[in-house]
Amino acid sequence: MTTRIFGSGIRRREDPRLMTGQAAFTDDIKLLGLLHAAILRSPHAHAKINSIDTSAARAAPGVLAVYTGADTDGVLNPIPCAWLPPDSDIKAVPHPALAVDTVRYVGDGVAVVVAESRYQAEDALELITVDYGVLPSVINPKAAMDPGAPQLHEDAPNNQAFHWVVAGGDADAAFETAAGDPQNHVVVSENIIQQRLIPHAVETRSAIANWQSAMGELTLWSTSQNPHIVRFLCSLVTGVGEHKIRVIATDVGGGFGSKIPMYGDEMVTAFCSMQLRRPVKWTETRSEAYLATTHGRDHVQHVEMAATKDGKITALRVVVHAGMGAYLSTAGPGVPTILHGLMYSGPYDIPNIKGDVYGTFTNTTPVDACRGAGRPEATFLLERMIELLASELDIDPVEMRRRNLIQPFEDGHDVATGVTYDSGNYQGTLDLAMQQLDYPALRQEQAELRSHGQYIGVGVTTYCEICGLGPSQVAGAVGFGGGLWESAIVRFYATGKVNVFIGTSPHGQGEETTFAQIVSDELGVPVEDIEVIHGDTDLTPMGWGTYGSRTTVVGGGAVALSARKIKDKGKALAAHLLEAAEEDIEYEDGKFFVRGSPDQNKTIQDIALMANVAWNMPEGMEPGLEATTFYDPPNFSYPFGAHVAVVSVDPDNGHIVLQRYIAADDCGPQINPVIVEGQVHGGVVHGAGQALWEGVVYDDNGQLLTGSLLDYAVPRAHMVPDMEILSTVTPSPHNPLGVKGIGETGTIASTVTIYNAVLDALKPLGVTKLEMPLTSERVWRAIQQAKGA
Amino acid sequence: MEKIPIQVTVNGQSHQAEVEPRMLLVHFLREELGLTGTKIGCDTSQCGACVVMMNGATVKSCTCLAVQADGADIGTIEGLANGNDLHPIQEAFWDNHGLQCGYCTAGMIMTAVEMLERNPHPSADEVRAGLEGNICRCTGYQNIVKSILAAAEKIGG
Amino acid sequence: MYAPEFEYHRAATVAEAIQLLSSNEDAKLIAGGHSLLPLLKLRLARPSVLVDIGRISELKGITISDGTVRIGALTTHWEIASSHDLEHACGIMAEAAGGIGDTQVRNRGTIGGNVVHADPASDWPTVLTALGAKFNIQGAGGSTRTVEPGDFFVGPLTTTMGEQEVLTSIEAPTLGHHQRAEYAKMAHPASGFAVVGAAVVVTVEGDVCTAARIAVGGLVPVPVRMTSVETALVGKALNQENIAEAASHASNDLQGEILGDFFASAEYRKAMAEVEIRHALFHATEVSHH
Repeated sequence: MTTRIFGSGIRRREDPRLMTGQAAFTDDIKLLGLLHAAILRSPHAHAKINSIDTSAARAAPGVLAVYTGADTDGVLNPIPCAWLPPDSDIKAVPHPALAVDTVRYVGDGVAVVVAESRYQAEDALELITVDYGVLPSVINPKAAMDPGAPQLHEDAPNNQAFHWVVAGGDADAAFETAAGDPQNHVVVSENIIQQRLIPHAVETRSAIANWQSAMGELTLWSTSQNPHIVRFLCSLVTGVGEHKIRVIATDVGGGFGSKIPMYGDEMVTAFCSMQLRRPVKWTETRSEAYLATTHGRDHVQHVEMAATKDGKITALRVVVHAGMGAYLSTAGPGVPTILHGLMYSGPYDIPNIKGDVYGTFTNTTPVDACRGAGRPEATFLLERMIELLASELDIDPVEMRRRNLIQPFEDGHDVATGVTYDSGNYQGTLDLAMQQLDYPALRQEQAELRSHGQYIGVGVTTYCEICGLGPSQVAGAVGFGGGLWESAIVRFYATGKVNVFIGTSPHGQGEETTFAQIVSDELGVPVEDIEVIHGDTDLTPMGWGTYGSRTTVVGGGAVALSARKIKDKGKALAAHLLEAAEEDIEYEDGKFFVRGSPDQNKTIQDIALMANVAWNMPEGMEPGLEATTFYDPPNFSYPFGAHVAVVSVDPDNGHIVLQRYIAADDCGPQINPVIVEGQVHGGVVHGAGQALWEGVVYDDNGQLLTGSLLDYAVPRAHMVPDMEILSTVTPSPHNPLGVKGIGETGTIASTVTIYNAVLDALKPLGVTKLEMPLTSERVWRAIQQAKGA
Repeated sequence: MEKIPIQVTVNGQSHQAEVEPRMLLVHFLREELGLTGTKIGCDTSQCGACVVMMNGATVKSCTCLAVQADGADIGTIEGLANGNDLHPIQEAFWDNHGLQCGYCTAGMIMTAVEMLERNPHPSADEVRAGLEGNICRCTGYQNIVKSILAAAEKIGG
Repeated sequence: MYAPEFEYHRAATVAEAIQLLSSNEDAKLIAGGHSLLPLLKLRLARPSVLVDIGRISELKGITISDGTVRIGALTTHWEIASSHDLEHACGIMAEAAGGIGDTQVRNRGTIGGNVVHADPASDWPTVLTALGAKFNIQGAGGSTRTVEPGDFFVGPLTTTMGEQEVLTSIEAPTLGHHQRAEYAKMAHPASGFAVVGAAVVVTVEGDVCTAARIAVGGLVPVPVRMTSVETALVGKALNQENIAEAASHASNDLQGEILGDFFASAEYRKAMAEVEIRHALFHATEVSHH
């Protein structure tokens, strides 16, 4: 038997086009008669639009049209929010594609120019004059609820977008017990700021709309992680029937959550094409992207944790103010609630949990998912509080975690937040990581260096996360405005070649390869004979998209099940052709054979040919060799792991160097371990970015100060080390392949791992708290203050 | 505004065109010549998605006017492979999973071409330093560095 | 991004460039374009005419003779960074050039363009101030003048260059056997520009410092000479204690405006000037940091 293709780190099948410049990203596509749109954006965080004069712009060379909110209002429906957590009094305020009478953040779309060239459109944009009546603005998600704060929406008093609660056990009682028995209990509390981030895919957003008026059909190329959702929402916004809309997410240059939402800009592009009856392209500039593409995180948290003196956690209580920005983005409200609060137990036994999450409106860019989406914020607060507890109780932080980890389980474990983890062996990954680190040696080195005035620190995290979204019934129950199943068609042609059509929409995660590996593994067809098709709603079956580390778990499940249906049909057809009973047919390595007589066989290619020509089918069997599966998983998947960071801090200038990073993760069986490692690499560095360099800064007037790559520090190659990637395998019992998501674990674990490492380094200097990102000045200042204290 | 005639050789092929003075080289390559393998990722010459070879040295084609490239010899990602034979650096990126979404890849590879011309046997740290002008959000750079080191070995023997 | 319209002229000689500047109101020179083009694309600069001097060969190249390094204004950072002759004659220039921007910026960006742009966060002004460089400038009618950095940089993005003048070359003294020079900077993690940069040129005889020129930039509108630090250093053995003591005088020389922003406040930058001077001196004299 040859090496199994499932589990093999083969080269990616999508790479040749991407490495040679032959891939077609949205902005690479040109249509005959293509027009170019440019969007005028509000320079104010909050203002009334008194009037707009577009006459000069209309008269500018090459300009075909200028539209404002007055033109789109009533023609385009408001941009919907698609995740409305139940029992949260959520205010789904209207979000017009172009502002009608009020702008609510710097970057809010005000007008659009359509011209023969983008240069001309930009020239004309400057000729539009808008008379704004500037209003006071509010930026901080907690301050937004203060009495007297400027109000964004009439329908949302106190700027409260929602109030969502998660509770299990009785946290208040547990804290009362702890407070009443200080001999045996300890309580720690902390205010944590999860700073606002910019997801920053290297490709900015782009859309091409082509309205064919005679047929009433709209084709929309869109840089989306979920083209089928775009079709659905585009239909709601434009009024064009869903069956008349084709959305194409061709090659997409990364998303990291920012290409989940339905944006006004794409719908304005569609509007322009429908008005002018010509294809229109709009491509965001990077400067524009900073303002107009969704941001992430933006929590102000107050966290309390109670434990017994022997280090057993008894309760967690959290209050979060989560900035939603000026409007509710498509999945925005689901991020700090479902994807965050439900993970308050992490990999630990915490019997009593309570979380209050207030979503608030602020005069800022709308907030939605950003790699990890809610779970990094949950992991951070847990790991930070455990660190504080360990320090308070003088217990080694790794030991502190060990005392609270859930014991290994293979088939379901309920936690206080109400979710059921699929499988876990948290000690296993922790042991692996600590072995790689040589913890005792590192602590010794640390002590020696400290005696020479040099500071290194180690941070250790154990985490588990919720992904592989998810059962549709749960999606409905938690207010997600769609399903979360996936579909796959596996189609064999007469020549034995295969197309796999999937509803998810990978954009860098490599499923053109891993899904081919699944089919190859199930059916013995060489991967070279399998081509995976995705991203075009006219070609692919319905699916809910690529986010929440769900593509391989849910979409891969659908692919595997379709392949298995093919196998069943193949077996029946082989039995018929070999004149044997079906129960006597065995399958191995792409061959169906009669048990005991391997020479009497039909290859899968023979079967494909015979099924497609259908000359000799068993009675009642349909021709063709094709299977479709709509797979709705019975549970989410819960990957887990242990991460370790080692950092050095220069007390002279506050400069941090990330010296070492170990990631030991468990995502179940790995279809392609090279791709798994790549996902962890990218995720870890993304999370390192939040810890050390990245953070949105607005001034008090809502002007974005980090509005370019000159100010917003995305990690670069020289800023990070080679990572040490390890893994264990604990299959999930809840999907056909036993796999769990791995796209976000790196980000979920790394931010707090690095943060804790830095605080560990600074411990002898008396520094106990820092705000992220951990800029040199912040570190230096904290050291100075601690010295002074 | 009056257009200016230019001649540029791109991937060995000579092109004559009249361009507006303000047209960026990257727009000329993408919009006029249809060579869309070169990407735009930022406005401030920070991201490196637009890196091309110009007269033997890499430049950010978003920070160069097409008129400045008059008479120049330009190399883009489309011209790197020899027919169906990938350039050793492309091959190394493929072998080592040096790309994910692929958007930064053209710029990364063009930068690597020059890097290895100037320093055929770089250390890992030198590779990382040499990628200072190229941003990737997917890979965490580890496999890009690995790819370039592997290519160096393959090319340098 | 999309620049506004402008006219474009290519000058074959410096004289022609000056003539084009004189005959066009609101004309600007462009060489490598790495300072001007980003501003144009953001529509923050709106010259009506661009005069491209990028092909004037007389403005290119490095010559070293009689104790002087002469670098043509259009010499790229890469050419400077990779010049072996320069590495021997005035290594700090090669080293500083190698730390500017990134490979592509160095390939195209020029020393003259950088200096004339007078960005407080760029490296050349600080290094050239410490070196005691001279700027050769050509004006209308073939007139020339030579200016020292202290008389050249006026403020952020402002120099004493006339609108019809062209910087033609930069001269710096070669470094002698007893001289050590080093540039240390704290780079902004996003832009790579200097938050604080310190350039030191010291003469060492035996282990005693007999002369010192030290300048800092990044935190000040124009580079500032650290005369108090220099004074404290001269006559002293270059050991860890003396370097640290001398560097501690930095704040005396930083009495004027200190720049600050949300990434690095003025207070922090001021404190870091001392640290970077120390780093530069440690490296220059190979005194171990720890």
